[in-house]
Amino acid sequence: MNLVLRETMLAFRRAPLLSALSVTTIAFSLFVFGLFGLVTVNIQRVIGNVAERVEVVAYLRRGTPAEAVTVAMSDIQAFPEVESVTQVTEAQALARARRELPEFQDIFQDLESNPLPASLDVRLKPEFRDASHAGLVADRLKGFDFVDDVRYGSDWVAKLDHLRNIAGAVGVVVGAAFALVAVIIIGTTIRMAVLHRSTEIAIMRLVGATDGFIRRPFLLEGLLKGLLGGTLALALCYGAFELVNAYLLRADFFTTGQALVGVGVGGLIGLAGSLVSIGRHLRSV
Amino acid sequence: MIKFNHVTKEYPKGAALTDVSFHVPKGEFCFLTGHSGAGKTTALKLIYLAELPTSGDVRVSGFSSARIAPREVPRLRRRLGIVFQDFRLLEDRTAEENVAFALEVTGARRSSIGPRVMRALTQVGLAGKAHQYPRELSGGEQQRVAIARALVNDPVVLLADEPTGNLDERATRGIFQLLRDINAAGTAVLMATHDLDLVKSLDGAHLVELQHGSVAYDSAEEAVGAEPDAP
Repeated sequence: MNLVLRETMLAFRRAPLLSALSVTTIAFSLFVFGLFGLVTVNIQRVIGNVAERVEVVAYLRRGTPAEAVTVAMSDIQAFPEVESVTQVTEAQALARARRELPEFQDIFQDLESNPLPASLDVRLKPEFRDASHAGLVADRLKGFDFVDDVRYGSDWVAKLDHLRNIAGAVGVVVGAAFALVAVIIIGTTIRMAVLHRSTEIAIMRLVGATDGFIRRPFLLEGLLKGLLGGTLALALCYGAFELVNAYLLRADFFTTGQALVGVGVGGLIGLAGSLVSIGRHLRSV
Repeated sequence: MIKFNHVTKEYPKGAALTDVSFHVPKGEFCFLTGHSGAGKTTALKLIYLAELPTSGDVRVSGFSSARIAPREVPRLRRRLGIVFQDFRLLEDRTAEENVAFALEVTGARRSSIGPRVMRALTQVGLAGKAHQYPRELSGGEQQRVAIARALVNDPVVLLADEPTGNLDERATRGIFQLLRDINAAGTAVLMATHDLDLVKSLDGAHLVELQHGSVAYDSAEEAVGAEPDAP
């Protein structure tokens, strides 16, 4: 291992320009991929924010006894899709209407009795905030005989689903394309490094080094270049993110976990690129 | 120790060797001669198994080309020392590092590398230039480094493919003398060359001459009279 590490470091020192070039190339191809990742992360966040408003509201018949509602609430809370259930009394509904709909202030002011029904506001867990699950919960709520009507904005939830599907599909297709381009570019870069050292490889073979032995420094070199390139790409992404944040819009950056995965993927691509390049080279000579 | 048994090697362009048989015993000095293209380099490649014969069998130090597994090839090569016309040194390493390289990549014990490298460099007369880079050495000196690298693993045979082909007359004589010294110390030497003056200067050496990929003359066969149609 000692020797492998030394040979790898020597490779960096002996061909600093080529090494810097491969790290930069890897960094830029991962940077493009990272930018796309940032866009995806932010679109997901926006969709997630919108989805937070997916709420199933069950309007209660007037005069429903409080105990019945309390019992029902604990039943509903036990639904696997449900995150929380809140009871909104008639008075709270009116207060909310006054607060949220100031343009109807006059009408609410002149009321003699409260026309608004009490309701149970059911929030769904994040993974169930789509049309089919909301519909399912709504149907179940309709089963309670004190429930008068159930609303969950089925139209816009369906639109949200559609948007989410498009974003997901675009993410997968474009992401895969960018990743493929990155892999090809990185593979080519590493192939250059292998060709650059073909004399050395030929001599190693002549004096009886095993292929496994010959491979190791290249694999480590590829891994290190990938990790370095990934780190540099992360820094570039952060720079781009800061620019966008300062001049265009509030965006989110990767979480620490996502950033680490990104750099790790860089390392893996470097390793895989080396594995393929050196393997091909060893077979061809 | 090296035995060619009816070896034929065909490339897409045509046959490089046709039904070649000869034998180099342990400790011998053997010349492999012939014009360029006669098949000398191909024969050497078959010995260190950079190529496999199309038919026939090459036996080297207990290994047979017909039966050897790919993973055993490195073990075979560790018993050989190989020297080329173009030296094949790593330009970015010193003489000492070039020689040490052969030990490092074959997994030699670290503590043994230094002394063995110095011994090999001393043997080729370059102990004083251990820290010089190939570009700082003359052609003859570079070939000495290459020979030291070939010797450092204590090979049973030294294969030399036109080792003096790139050298002037004086350096040629020096390298040739060195190969003879190495042979005198017990290592077999198989030297491919088209320099007939060299061949003539060494009385009693085994001589195998190739012509168009076939053995045209083998001094060992002539001695026992086993090949009546030899010229």
